[in-house]
Amino acid sequence: MIDFSILIDHWDMYLEGFGNTLKASLLALIGSFVLGTIFAIFRISPIRPLNWIGAAFVEFIRNIPLILVVFLFFVGLPAIGIVLNPFLAGTMGLTVYTAAFIAETIRAGIQAVPKGQTEAARSSGLTYLQTMRYVILPQAIKVVIPPMGNQFINLVKNSSVLGVIAGLDLMYFGDLIAADTFVTFDVYIFVGLFYLILTLPLSSFVSYLERRLAKGR
Amino acid sequence: MDFIGAYTPSHLTFLLEGFWITLQVAFLSIVFSFAIAIVVGVLRYARIPVVSRILATVVELVRNLPLLLIIFFTYFALPEVGIKLDKFYAAVLALVIFEAAMLSEIVRSGLNSVEKGQIEAARSSGLNYVQTLWHVVLPQALRRMVPPIVSQFISLLKDTSLAVIIALPELMNHAQIINGRNVNYVIPTFLLVAVMYFVVNYALSIVSKRLENKHA
Repeated sequence: MIDFSILIDHWDMYLEGFGNTLKASLLALIGSFVLGTIFAIFRISPIRPLNWIGAAFVEFIRNIPLILVVFLFFVGLPAIGIVLNPFLAGTMGLTVYTAAFIAETIRAGIQAVPKGQTEAARSSGLTYLQTMRYVILPQAIKVVIPPMGNQFINLVKNSSVLGVIAGLDLMYFGDLIAADTFVTFDVYIFVGLFYLILTLPLSSFVSYLERRLAKGR
Repeated sequence: MDFIGAYTPSHLTFLLEGFWITLQVAFLSIVFSFAIAIVVGVLRYARIPVVSRILATVVELVRNLPLLLIIFFTYFALPEVGIKLDKFYAAVLALVIFEAAMLSEIVRSGLNSVEKGQIEAARSSGLNYVQTLWHVVLPQALRRMVPPIVSQFISLLKDTSLAVIIALPELMNHAQIINGRNVNYVIPTFLLVAVMYFVVNYALSIVSKRLENKHA
């Protein structure tokens, strides 16, 4: 039977890990949204070299493992003299990795708006930026929100790689508690429950949004 | 940065050996998780009263957990209840559990995307439920599932790198060993490793895009 005394005795450690997991996920979400938007704009911009930069970033990052990106920040940067603490290195790795996926999501959302919309807006005298701001983006955002939610769920789960580099997250504290108690089974069950506290509500919210969006069409 | 020191023939073969393990883990996991996903997806689609409910719950739980935790679980926690697996099979088992849950969702939504009229037509022309599923629904659904399934395979190949935490001697693990020898090898080694993953995954993604265009 599962031993609840582990949870009670190590409550503060679980909570600290949970807090850091949440913090890393939120920071990476904000960072990757900004970075992802920039790269999405690169990819759809009329300037050719920017397209290439955007495409190169997205394709390269999407096709390599997250842990490699995190290691580049955690082990690679110190090799050229830049030392970051594990939490920061992990969060930056997560940010860059997630940004590639978010850039794709946003690009797909923008391109889902029919071309006629742009043409109509441009011919009624709006500039390119105005067309984006008032016509394209408001429509794209509706399409983009559910997949963005999925990205956030992935982000919370992916933040567990911080545990590999001692990034003070839930996984890391789980390891500490397991080493402390010589129990692994129960310790990881509780770690899993803490992740589910974050991811389950998020995923039912996302499927609610998806259903609503499907109805609106 | 020492590219020449990092790219010696012995280091390159060492990395390729690691990549071979990575590919083996990925291949076994793909085969088993896909087989399980088809069964789970079909059972959920068929809405068998209790079974579908239980499967839905299990899939939902697994999908919402970090894969890293599942790997820890199969390698460190299962021995506590008497199931002892070596690193290779612990990694494969974890990947199969996780990816089967992910893939089964793809299978289920693929099946759901087949129009109801198709089923009604098949049933009224005398096919029974299993025949309808096998000859009418599955072939159409599978075709639509190909692109998302290929992207899930790409994720799977990338995810094998998480087995580095249980020191499975795959590509990331071998890269870390080389990095441990000299700090100047770190960036050249990681770059090469990134290229190795990239080449295989990018090839897969091109295949997926081709298929997508073909069936669109």
